Amino acid sequence: MEEFVLMKGNEAIAEAAIRAGTDGYFGYPITPQSEVIEYLAAAKPHERTGMVMLQAESEVAAINMLYGGAGAGKKVMTSSSSPGISLMQEGISYIAGSELPCLIVNVVRGGPGLGTIQPSQSDYFQSTKGGGHGDYNLIVLAPSSVQEMADFVGLGYDLAFKYRNPVMIQTDGALGQMMEKVKFKPQQPRSKKSPDWATTGKTSDRERIIITSLDLDPSRQERFNEKLQVKYRTIVEKEVRYEKIQCDDAEYLFVAYGTSSRICQKSIQMAREEGIKVGLFRPITLWPFPYNEIREMTGQVKGMLSVEMSAGQMVEDVRLAVEAKVKVDHYGRMGGIIPSSEEIVEALKQKIIGG
Amino acid sequence: MTEEIIIAGFGGQGVLSMGKILCYSGVMEGQEVSWMPAYGPEMRGGTANVTVILSDNKISSPILDTFDTAIILNQQSMDKFESAVKPGGLLVYDGNGITRHPERKDINIYRIDAAEEATKMGSTKTFNMIVLGGYLKVKKLYKLESVIKGLKKSLPERYHHMIPVNEKAIHRGLEIIKEVATVN
Repeated sequence: MEEFVLMKGNEAIAEAAIRAGTDGYFGYPITPQSEVIEYLAAAKPHERTGMVMLQAESEVAAINMLYGGAGAGKKVMTSSSSPGISLMQEGISYIAGSELPCLIVNVVRGGPGLGTIQPSQSDYFQSTKGGGHGDYNLIVLAPSSVQEMADFVGLGYDLAFKYRNPVMIQTDGALGQMMEKVKFKPQQPRSKKSPDWATTGKTSDRERIIITSLDLDPSRQERFNEKLQVKYRTIVEKEVRYEKIQCDDAEYLFVAYGTSSRICQKSIQMAREEGIKVGLFRPITLWPFPYNEIREMTGQVKGMLSVEMSAGQMVEDVRLAVEAKVKVDHYGRMGGIIPSSEEIVEALKQKIIGG
Repeated sequence: MTEEIIIAGFGGQGVLSMGKILCYSGVMEGQEVSWMPAYGPEMRGGTANVTVILSDNKISSPILDTFDTAIILNQQSMDKFESAVKPGGLLVYDGNGITRHPERKDINIYRIDAAEEATKMGSTKTFNMIVLGGYLKVKKLYKLESVIKGLKKSLPERYHHMIPVNEKAIHRGLEIIKEVATVN
């Protein structure tokens, strides 16, 4: 029986990566995510499982190492923070366009540009609406505790291989830097088998396997696009994940993920002490987004406040879900500022209850 | 029980590790814990602080504006966090380098001259454990054996020979903490 240990979110991701049987990690240090690569360097994963841990020369190189590793059917991952993830977008689009599985962790910091090293959630659009070019989607998981930081590594790989699609864990600097107790799953061996689509060297008894995102024939390319869309619709149907907290008697709703969802839980306690019945809807998959499940709440609540550490990005999806049936507004802070529980209660009163 | 604490001082005083030992002590007694450091520009300016929450229940927000207890180890932190202690809460401070002593009348104030004591004990590195001992005298959160277990969990094995001197420092802290003013 594994016991609880105290760890930073970033370290928990790294340990979980080793335990999940990762074949290769490729990354480049950046605050507030550097503990992932630091932990891996110290943990000597090559001695534990034979896992490769490589500090690439840049984020562009790292994502293309993932492309190569994934093409060979390996379990590969990278992690970075916002500016580094921007650099990876071309490669992410290629990986999605080649239908390859991999895990990408974004420990978000405030932007735009170099911005700040403090926590933010302002990469929601980038994670969920493309980021790179072309019609593709990432599966995006949003942990809200150190335990989930660890658990979502294994879940991310499962989804990535099930759908041959890149998966992103979108977290933030606060969850990356904070310590909580965490329990790990036992060590899983690295896989000895290769998927049948992997380029592992042609044998005489089969055709060549070609992995590419290029097809110059528009009709074939369109057929491929349609196939991708079928896959995405299946993911939308089957993989929506969310958590509802104190929603049974709620008259108002916070919609929040990650660090914001933690702060909202304190706001709920405060608001309920004043007699305001508010609950929390926490999307766990940012894509696929729980549109239907949020829409269902409009039969019960009078209004929703989307709380994000951004100028208001997820609120657009909440509005799409709600179809103007109840009032929806946004409250957020930017630039690496984390909103306080008090501020959020005040925003709920002013923007939703009083507004 | 929920205890929300800010520990603040200079980098190198052992602020972060003291928070970690407190958290591990809580884990030893089956509690929920969270440890949220300031890792931004403040850290790069030489100050360090960490928000620690210890609770019997699941912890909601790891980030707080007000605290049950502030453990303050330099003047900048006094300026920043004295006002953040909840009314009726606790402020523990080391007098070394403090030019403006706490002035609040609605909180419990204790002083521990741990820097001076650590020098007397011949090991300045035990400073944070003296402070921890003092704090645990005022707030009897955990059995001493849980704290020692927490200390063992927090320290890499190569430092385990340092545990007896740290244990001694905790005991010293229990002895030397002084009440300045209380509201109850």
